Parts: sequence; structure tokens; C-alpha cells
Amino acid sequence: MKLIIAIIQPHRMDAVREALTEAGIAGLTISEVRGYGRQRGHKEVYRGAEYTISYVPKLKLEVAVEDDKVDEVTEAVMRAARTGKIGDGKIFVLDLLSAVRIRTGEMGPQAL
Amino acid sequence: MINGADTAWMLTSTVLVLFMTLPGLALFYAGLVRAKNVLSVLMHCIAVACLVSVLWYAGAYSLAFSGGNPWIGDLSQMFLAGLTRGAVHPMTAIPDSVYIMYQMTFAIITPGLMIGAYVERIKFGAVLLFSGLWLIVVYSPVAHWVWGGGWLAAMGVKDFAGGIVVHTTAGISALIVAVALGKRDGFPHQLQPPHAPWVVMVGAAMLWVGWFGFNAGSALSSGADAGMAMLVTHLAAAFASLTWMAIEWARFGKPSMVGTVTGTIAGLATITPASGFVGPFGALVIGVSSAAICYCAVQLIKTRFLVDDALDVFAVHGVGGMTGTLLTAPLMAAELGGVGYGDGVTMGSQFLVQVTGVAAALVWSAVATFALCKLTRALVGLRVRRESETQGLDLAAHGESGYNLAFGGTSQ
Repeated sequence: MKLIIAIIQPHRMDAVREALTEAGIAGLTISEVRGYGRQRGHKEVYRGAEYTISYVPKLKLEVAVEDDKVDEVTEAVMRAARTGKIGDGKIFVLDLLSAVRIRTGEMGPQAL
Repeated sequence: MINGADTAWMLTSTVLVLFMTLPGLALFYAGLVRAKNVLSVLMHCIAVACLVSVLWYAGAYSLAFSGGNPWIGDLSQMFLAGLTRGAVHPMTAIPDSVYIMYQMTFAIITPGLMIGAYVERIKFGAVLLFSGLWLIVVYSPVAHWVWGGGWLAAMGVKDFAGGIVVHTTAGISALIVAVALGKRDGFPHQLQPPHAPWVVMVGAAMLWVGWFGFNAGSALSSGADAGMAMLVTHLAAAFASLTWMAIEWARFGKPSMVGTVTGTIAGLATITPASGFVGPFGALVIGVSSAAICYCAVQLIKTRFLVDDALDVFAVHGVGGMTGTLLTAPLMAAELGGVGYGDGVTMGSQFLVQVTGVAAALVWSAVATFALCKLTRALVGLRVRRESETQGLDLAAHGESGYNLAFGGTSQ
């Protein structure tokens, strides 16, 4: 199993969810996060004073998948989240040691 | 004799002016600070409002509006001594009780405006001590000079609703307090932006509506003067909002919401002294010029002089109030739609009187505030510790947090 973590532009979330649904993903977790990459934050102007916003709002989504779905899901997220501009985010893939469905106690891929 | 229509309008105006502070000004300021200080600002507003109310009853009203000499009233109406239910306020057709209460709401908002200068780093005890002393030492005397039959009134100064009494005194004093307190940690380049700009708009809109009570109520009657004051107040606010919006749009490529409503407040503050004396054309001139002048003042104070008047009280209220007081002289001319000049008064002579009024309020406010800051620092201290400033005043000073969204505690 793998855990796919994607940091994406918040406004691409709906497209990403649709793409994941098409790829057969049954569930995912998202959280609002802040960070920066190459774009190094942005500037906001209030009453003529510039404020540097170092940490830009992003969404982090976490999806656990079986090994054979990794490429398909990564591809789906990438296509749906991409705008071609700096700040589109990143996808990380990690090994997932185990998974448990709390309600039933099922373990491993059956718990996904 | 008491007139029902006048009294009804003045009761309404009193409510509107209190609404300016609670919650209008409180929200306007609360949205502009960082999330960790939102409650402290709301707390400053409500505490100052209550404290001023009590002091107004105890003696501040008497010092402003009871006889006395050209400089200060007397103490004959301490604890509102002698106030009877049926008393009519002199030169009006409204009950004395309504006049006292109406003026109380002005006394509340004036030290309230100054909160914007010292947010995010002042000790709460210092807020109370300083505001109480300031009411007695600055507000009551200046209100007496202009509205209580004092020396500026005798000179014929024109300050319809508080360009001198409210905005000049509060603006200058705010600047002095900001200097005395010092800059917030991180000013000017490492600060976080306003935490809730939408709340700023809500507060500004409440101030706008409340300002009709402030300006049109200052007619102390419900007739033509109130009507024209309301019209010019509204027009000035609209012109100023659009002007500020246009300046930012041209300069930064985007018309900002916070900038636009800052223009609203600049226009309202600037029309305040003129609102009973000018016509719609005067409102146009004041609206456009106030936004341009206050915008420049904000940039100068923040980026040139590097004074951390955190929410621009001086640049918006002080500069606006002074500008409006001076512009009243030319714009009250009958040819420009104003009320015209009295016998033996010319545009030039009126202008000199207006300059005198502004200068006197400016000098007295600055000197007295400087001394009061020294006194407050000696008695209770002015500034919180660095750790408290970093943690935020909500938790450090009041033991509360403004936002408890995701993970609540458990009650015992």
C-alpha cells in the first residue's frame, strides 16, 4: 500500500475530487494548510502598505491506495490539479505499513 | 418647551452615535488587527465606553458644559446635580437628559477612536487609566471651548459635529500615544495583515449609518439643518470611498475593499465639522480631497516617519478632522451652496478662526497627552511584556481566545 499526499491549489479541489472518484477512490482526507515553494509567498496591500504573505493557503489531501493504483491516482491528481502556473503544488508518495478499519477491525488493503 | 419631533430625532441620534462605537468602531478595529488580539480590541472599546459613561456622570459633563470660564466648565453639575425630569436644555427644544446622553456618546467615541493607535501592545490597565484621565484633561476642556460657551465659541469657530472636538483631539493624541508606546514587534515589514477584512467592512458600514446621528443629530433639532447635514455626510462618504478606491486601483492595479472603506471613514471624519454649514458641492470637494489627503497621510506616517499608529487614527481621523475644519471656511460660502457668513465675517476671517481652533486643540491635545503618557507609564506602565505581545493580548491579558473553531476544551 502507498499513501499519496498531494499539496494543491485550493480552487482545484473540486476537479481533483471528480478525477479521484473516476479513478475509483472511495475516500480521502483533506486539510487546510499553508506553505511556500518556489513562489516564495505573495504580497498583499492594505491601505497602501505591502504585507509579505510567506505562507500561502493550500489544501493537503491524503489518499491511501493499493500498490497497483498508485500511478493511475497520481496521474489523475496531477492532471486535475495542474493550472501550469507556479504554485500548483506537489505530490508525495510514501510506503504505507498498515491500515485498519476501526469499525470492523479489517486490516491491510481490505481496510482501504 | 420640549418639542416632540426634535426629541424623537435626538433620541434616535443618540442611539446611532453609541452604535458607532458599539459595535461599529469595535468591529472596524477588530477586523484590522491580528487574530490573537481581536478580543483585546473589542474589550478596549467596551471598557472605554463604560468608563467614559461613568466619568461623564461624575463630572466630565459638568466640566464641558456647565458655565465656568472661557477655558473650562465648573463642577456645579457633578453627578448631574440639579437635573430635573422636565428640564429643557438651553437654546434647544429637547430635554436636558437627552442632551447629556447625546453628548455622552460623543465623549465615548473620542477616546474610543484612539484605541486604533495603541492596539496589540498596550497594558489593559493603561487603557483605563489613560482614557479616564484624557477625558477629563483633554476632551472636557476642548468640548467646553467649542460647544460649551468657551473661548473658541466666542470667536465664532465652526465645528458642527466634532472636527476639532472629536477628530483633531483624538487624532493628535493617538499619534503621541503611538510614539510613546513604540512600534509593535515586527513593524513595519514583518507584520501579518488584518485578520478579518470582511469584519472591517461591517464595522465601517455601521460607522457610516451611525454617522448620520453624529452629524445630522448635531443640529439638535429635526429640521432643515439635520436634513442637509445627513445629505452632505452621505455624499462625502461616497465620494471619498470612490476616490480612495481609485487611488489604490491606479497605484497597485487592484481596488481593495479595506482601502475603499478607509476612504469612507476619511470622508465621514472630514465632513463632520462642515456638515451643518456646507451644501452638496461642499460635500463633493470634501469627499474627494479627504481621501486624497488622508491616503497620503497614511503613507507618510507609516513609511516615512515610521510611526506605528497601528490603525491610522491620526492619518484618517486627525488629518481628516483638521482638513474638514479648515475647508469649512471657504465651503460655507453661500455661493458654493453653504449657509454663508455672519455679519462682519469673511471667508478669510473665518479661515483664521478655524486655524486658531485647530491649532489650539492640536497643541493642547499633544502637550496633555504627552504628560498623561508619562504619568500612566509611571503609575501602571504602558506596554505589555514581549512574551505577552508575541502570545497576543487576548490570552495574555484577558485569558480568552477569539477563535475556538476546531478543538474545544472540556468544561469541568
